[in-house]
Amino acid sequence: MKTIGLLSVLFTGILLMIAVVDFPDWGDPHSPANSYLSTHYIEDVEEETAVPNMVTAVLADYRAFDTMLETSVVFVAGIAIFAILRSIDGTSLAGTTRRLQRRGRSKKEKRKGQGRNRRDEMVAAAEREAAKPDLIVQTTVRLLMPTIQLFALYVIAHGHHSPGGGFQGGVILAAGLILVAMSFGLENTLAQVPEKLSLQLGNLGVLIFAGTGVLCLLLGANFLDYHVLAAIYPATDEIMARSHSMLVVEIGVGFTVMSMLYLIYANLSSHGDLKKGL
Amino acid sequence: MIWQFDLIILVFLVITSLIALRVRDLMSAAMILGVYSFLMCLLWAEMGAVDVAFTEAAVGAGLSTVFLVATILRTTRRSSD
Repeated sequence: MKTIGLLSVLFTGILLMIAVVDFPDWGDPHSPANSYLSTHYIEDVEEETAVPNMVTAVLADYRAFDTMLETSVVFVAGIAIFAILRSIDGTSLAGTTRRLQRRGRSKKEKRKGQGRNRRDEMVAAAEREAAKPDLIVQTTVRLLMPTIQLFALYVIAHGHHSPGGGFQGGVILAAGLILVAMSFGLENTLAQVPEKLSLQLGNLGVLIFAGTGVLCLLLGANFLDYHVLAAIYPATDEIMARSHSMLVVEIGVGFTVMSMLYLIYANLSSHGDLKKGL
Repeated sequence: MIWQFDLIILVFLVITSLIALRVRDLMSAAMILGVYSFLMCLLWAEMGAVDVAFTEAAVGAGLSTVFLVATILRTTRRSSD
């Protein structure tokens, strides 16, 4: 099996190496990226889209199709982890985890033999002690949480002018939720932000992104060609329409990334039964 | 760009990645990967790609470390190879 794996890796590597020859040289001034594309982005972005941060403009407008599928990748990753780990009835663990646990347990039992009960009791007592809510941590998180969420919203909304955007903002929002889940317990957090809601938000995010594209199609332009959306927004010209659409799209990305990363954490940290987190 | 700064970060990047590969304790490996991501973030910020550095700091050094730690705590801490 190892030989087959090695051979396939070697084969793919050689294929990739052959393909590399066709790439333009590093720093080649005549390659498409260097001859007109980069200069176009650097010089004309602000005139065409009214967005000073050209990274956001490239990601959310010129390469919006790319970003849309990236968002879908995050969504699919969340769904895949959900499909592998989540156990609805709450009894069955995911296969790999169960096997690992069984193996670990049998080894431990063999090694310790007698006197295991007292050790187990001590471990259980230590775990109970560790599971108690910590006042300092909880108070700090309670103070910190609004700031984190506000900063995340700022990152999403201000991505046109400063580094940031939907992806980073969504990650920060998810990090805030995970922080709460770690300090207040996963069950309490899931009572506030239920699993169903986060799945719906994840769907909604991709839907917002793709829906913006379909809306452009319906108005007679190409998919994700935002300038026609000026007909929908009140009192905007075509340039500002592109800027506003980028914000809409970034909000969609933020929804998906936040809810999917939160769900991934919830499933990973609780064996998929969403009962007892870390 | 300050090449001395670049060089120091690059050397540390290689060192941390090698340590993360060699270390047997998976929890240490996860922590060292977090350090690696943070150095990468520094390097990107220093080269002017602030957006990428921001993403690396949030995703690489922040969330993926949390995911790795959660997975290690729920499976096994010892590397089998």
